[in-house]
Amino acid sequence: MMKRRQFVQSVATAGSLGTLGLVTGCASTPSGNGPKVVVVGGGYGGATTAKYVRMWSDYGIDVTLVEPSSSLISCPISNLVLGGSKTMADITMPYDNLVKRHGVRWVQDMVTRIDTDKRVVLLAKGGELPYDRLILSPGVDFMWDTLPGMAAEGAKDKVLHSWKAGAQTVALRKQLEAMPDGGVYALAIPLAPYRCPPGPYERACQVASYFSKVKPRSKVLILDANDDVTSKGPLFKKAWKDRYDGIVEYRPKHKTVDVDAATNTLKFEFHNDVKANVLNVIPDMRAGEIAVKTGLATANKRWCEVDFLTFESIAVKNVHVLGDSIQIAPAMPKSGHMANQHGKTCAAAVVALLTGRQPNAMPIYNNTCYSFVSAEDAVHVASVHRYDADKKTMLPVAGAGGVSSAANELEGRYALAWARNIWADTLA
Amino acid sequence: MKWNHLVLASTLAALAGGAQAQTMDPLQVRSMAASCANCHGTMGIAEAGHESLAGVNRDELLKKMLDFKTGKKPATLMHQLSKGYSDEQLAALATYFSALKK
Repeated sequence: MMKRRQFVQSVATAGSLGTLGLVTGCASTPSGNGPKVVVVGGGYGGATTAKYVRMWSDYGIDVTLVEPSSSLISCPISNLVLGGSKTMADITMPYDNLVKRHGVRWVQDMVTRIDTDKRVVLLAKGGELPYDRLILSPGVDFMWDTLPGMAAEGAKDKVLHSWKAGAQTVALRKQLEAMPDGGVYALAIPLAPYRCPPGPYERACQVASYFSKVKPRSKVLILDANDDVTSKGPLFKKAWKDRYDGIVEYRPKHKTVDVDAATNTLKFEFHNDVKANVLNVIPDMRAGEIAVKTGLATANKRWCEVDFLTFESIAVKNVHVLGDSIQIAPAMPKSGHMANQHGKTCAAAVVALLTGRQPNAMPIYNNTCYSFVSAEDAVHVASVHRYDADKKTMLPVAGAGGVSSAANELEGRYALAWARNIWADTLA
Repeated sequence: MKWNHLVLASTLAALAGGAQAQTMDPLQVRSMAASCANCHGTMGIAEAGHESLAGVNRDELLKKMLDFKTGKKPATLMHQLSKGYSDEQLAALATYFSALKK
């Protein structure tokens, strides 16, 4: 077996991995000869990185993706499942193409521990994977200790977050269907930063859209820990007033400090308790547990600080973190679109580093985020982010970006086209 | 001196008009273009509902992006995104996408 350093040298001489004859075709499985990249987490960030490391190394770098789920269930568009206009099948995508088309080795397992000295990850079902570069995209985990009542038996089965699309999306939809007309659905939003800033407000629109059609005497009560709507504020408020007047009520500065699942009660820092028929509590969140456990959550023990040129952790060499787990740059949202952009930036940097070249010194990428205010009409927020060499972070480009002038049906169609395209760019 | 070369290269590029893209690192352009793929598809081949950019006419694509940027061409969001890129970057993107296989 060729040693990594020899490999890098010969690559540098040959100029490209393909000329080394390591490549037998797109669908070739990792041969064991190339440098080894292990990607942990198959969401928007991880799956994109796995695909693009393979593509941009001319299929010369071995990539192993560790992801326990059998498919990617998309958080974007999942609020439409709650609203009733989309099904779980619409937001569920297989990992097949990463394997068949791009030769990614997919290990359907969880990582229990990372030995950053020996550069191996240990798997739950046993065995270990060595790496030259490790890429962690573990998403978020919830800080349940900030809601003590949620530790009560059965509380987490009754009071749902549905903030990771999947079984909880289905379960919350069932709770909404079972709720009598005239009931109250209460949505608790944590302080920013959290995954998908406009997501909770889109969810309120979707539940209100469903109520307006099927149980119009019901209410959507939004209890927001933040001082105001954190994204697309005027557009959401207009939708609530024009489309769901009498259904949606928005209360800012309501920080949920505890939940009594037995009585369906929310408790706040400064306000009276709120009881509702259906509670939907989005807890505070932080970097995925494996990143925290590995000592990468250097910002308030919550988020992982990275070098924005490579997404390498500032704490541990050869370990890259991206997606919702990172300490974000100014005005950078925690979004699937952004995680996909992180993935491509990281992939290019990792391929460069493993082939003895300099990573791109001036990354520039965009964010586009659509929210549906009804089953058909959507609004967007867009921004462009560019590396600032002095501040060593990504900064929004002044004068670029913006939001929709009003919710409209054309952007609803564009939003679904966005989903089809990003799903393909991430997985196909 | 490297610096002199840089100045020479950019002067030549400015004189050559459309040839600016050649002065940008091709891998940098590839990464910049990949950030369009979320809507316009990997390597410029889009899924239904958005435009493919692979193999389109370079000058038409550049004109379109510049018209978005100046507001001459109406859009839902491309007028906002195109303002984030310099004219040179838009030219490099147009050259890159036009050279991709349809």
